[in-house]
Amino acid sequence: MRFSRKTLGIPYAVFLLLFVVAPLLVLFYYAFTNGQGVFTLKNLTDFFTDPNTLGTLAYSFAVSLATTVLCLLIAYPVAYILATSKLKAKSVIIMIFILPMWINFSLRVTALKEILTIIEGNLAFYPFLNSVLGMTYDFLPFMILPIYNSIVKLDISLNEAARDLGANGRMAFLRVTLPLSLPGIISGVSMVFLPAMTNYVVLDMLYNSTYIMGSLIGSYFNAYNWHGGSMIALVLLGIICVFSLITNGKEDEEAKTGGALL
Amino acid sequence: MMNTKRMLSAALLLCLLGTLLCPAFSLAAKEETITLRICNWEEYIDQGDWGEDEVIDLESGDIFGENSLVDDFETWYEETYGKKVHVEYSTFGTNEDLYNMLTIGDVYDLVCPSEYMIMKLMAEDKVQPLSEDFFDGENENNYYIRGVSPYIRNIFETHDIGGVTWDKCAAGYMWGVTGFLYNPEVLEEENAATWNLLENRDYNRQITMKDNVRDAYFAAVGALKSEKLTSEDFTSREDYVLALQDEMNDVSQETVDAAQEYLQKIRDNLYSFETDSGKADMITGKVVANYQWSGDAVYAMDTAEEDDYILNFAVPQECTNIYFDGWIMLKSGINGNAEKQQAAEAFINFISRPDNVIRNMYYIGYTSAISGGEDERIFEYLDWNYGAEEDEEEVVDYPVGYFFAGEEDNEDYVLSVPEEQLHRQLSAQYPSQEVIRRASIMVYFNEEQSERINRMWIRIRCFNIQSVPVWVWIAIGAVIILGVLFGYQRKLSKQRQYS
Repeated sequence: MRFSRKTLGIPYAVFLLLFVVAPLLVLFYYAFTNGQGVFTLKNLTDFFTDPNTLGTLAYSFAVSLATTVLCLLIAYPVAYILATSKLKAKSVIIMIFILPMWINFSLRVTALKEILTIIEGNLAFYPFLNSVLGMTYDFLPFMILPIYNSIVKLDISLNEAARDLGANGRMAFLRVTLPLSLPGIISGVSMVFLPAMTNYVVLDMLYNSTYIMGSLIGSYFNAYNWHGGSMIALVLLGIICVFSLITNGKEDEEAKTGGALL
Repeated sequence: MMNTKRMLSAALLLCLLGTLLCPAFSLAAKEETITLRICNWEEYIDQGDWGEDEVIDLESGDIFGENSLVDDFETWYEETYGKKVHVEYSTFGTNEDLYNMLTIGDVYDLVCPSEYMIMKLMAEDKVQPLSEDFFDGENENNYYIRGVSPYIRNIFETHDIGGVTWDKCAAGYMWGVTGFLYNPEVLEEENAATWNLLENRDYNRQITMKDNVRDAYFAAVGALKSEKLTSEDFTSREDYVLALQDEMNDVSQETVDAAQEYLQKIRDNLYSFETDSGKADMITGKVVANYQWSGDAVYAMDTAEEDDYILNFAVPQECTNIYFDGWIMLKSGINGNAEKQQAAEAFINFISRPDNVIRNMYYIGYTSAISGGEDERIFEYLDWNYGAEEDEEEVVDYPVGYFFAGEEDNEDYVLSVPEEQLHRQLSAQYPSQEVIRRASIMVYFNEEQSERINRMWIRIRCFNIQSVPVWVWIAIGAVIILGVLFGYQRKLSKQRQYS
């Protein structure tokens, strides 16, 4: 009996069909039908005419934008220092950053909640700030790792060449290291920005009573409105698709300019 | 190569045989065993496994939870009816989850939703009515009908859906009222015992509220109509109970709009809406008051007490929401199978047996709908739990006749309890007669009405894009334009550099 490479793919194909394609079809069905199972575009128009859904979209966008920026500001220096330093215990330090990922996340947020309570006294006054802090805490490792990987792979001689050609340290970083680590930044951003738009558990746990997209979908389902809820999920999926198409294009372009630099 | 082939085929053969034989076995077993699919709230039945110091030593005998009630039922059923029953026990998180599970196609024989969901399912004709045998008080094993509290029974008999009274379809399990769990060191009872507490600026950002539309709406209506509901004219009306129920179930567009305005106003005064952090935040002292269901309040007071931290419970003076969870059989599950229906009804009866009722109440903290009828053990348990010690100084009488005998002034059912219990566990578990008088049911709303209050809730919880001031839009626009210009200029300079 011999297995070809194709047969090895069967388990994944089955998985894909059952748990990715089939639910997606169900989602499409609900999004474009009404309670009687008749085709309708009303859910779609409702989405774009309701100030509450649009407001929630804007709010989620603001939360994840703030989270992403904060993550980037913290993660880039850390990743840069880790990747360029000649520390012997480097792997241990990286481990320390990955370690929290292995602890259950609700436990981590609960701990954060207590720490924030000590600092702020009353969490209710800063719901937006708390949500951003909670999400940053949750997603930071996802930002550090890809940036670290892209910097560590950089050829050190590129930097040296820039210095030889007269660039000072700041110039060399801005014109060589930063552009070349852009693919890492982009994959980090997409790993943080998109999940942050729907991760409402953190908001709930940190007492932010304003809905983001995830909680809005939940509230539609609680009101037995599966059709409206599915449409929101679908629109979100569309936004994510557009976003990753843009960043993919950008990644290629940067790879090209990186090549041109050589 | 040959070897692996042989092994593979042997393994395949085994698999084949297995799949062929297994159904045969289970089919044979099925003929004797009744399978009962039960779906209940999480943590809502005694799971047994008590510690040895947890024995409830009533004078009439010890009560102790060794195995889970579900296992005990299987044993009891076989002993009593000579037939085997197997319970497939699962749980749900909210009434809406249960409804969605049923819509997707999950099948259960016996479920335990709250009153409004029971009404909804009854209205949709999904509920299998209880059999006549279930109401036969002569049968010794019919613990439910022999033991259900007259007070609960009366409510179930006087409310109907489309002409069918609740008691025909549903058997009460647990019940309670809503109110405020509060820290008596910070908050006076007079401030806690009103729905207006939610808007009280003295406790700005220190109160949490249940995160669900029904509870929030009830509180808002209670606060809005506070003056009317507490006025002498209203409370002395002859049809007070019915009038109160009408007022509290008012979902006219006007009231919904007013409630929306009210909730939007108090949102900034609250600590937050909570789904399940409310109890923990009270116990750790993060907040000073929490809009809570009485059963959970009892649990929180018990837990806090272990750390010598005292919490109290107060029921708003305007009115309170009395709620029930009840057992109903589903048509889709029972499917005309009389044997199955008998087993389902036997399950209701088994958990209504007074000793099992006590185990459940001890374990989950809620109040059972069963008073025990001729069996005095539940009242005895109450006395064992709350009765004053002989050397207690401030002792008060606490009549619970309304629940045990159906008459408010029955002298057989009066507890003498320490004075503090008027604000503590006892007052939450068995509200006083005064509180019961202002308890109103919240009915199930039809599709249009539900849509109205659900919309209101979404408007409260969502960020409204129209509330963004113009200057923010201008600022965002400016940033985008600047960004595009900057990118374009860089691109140009880059091109110049390389060409």
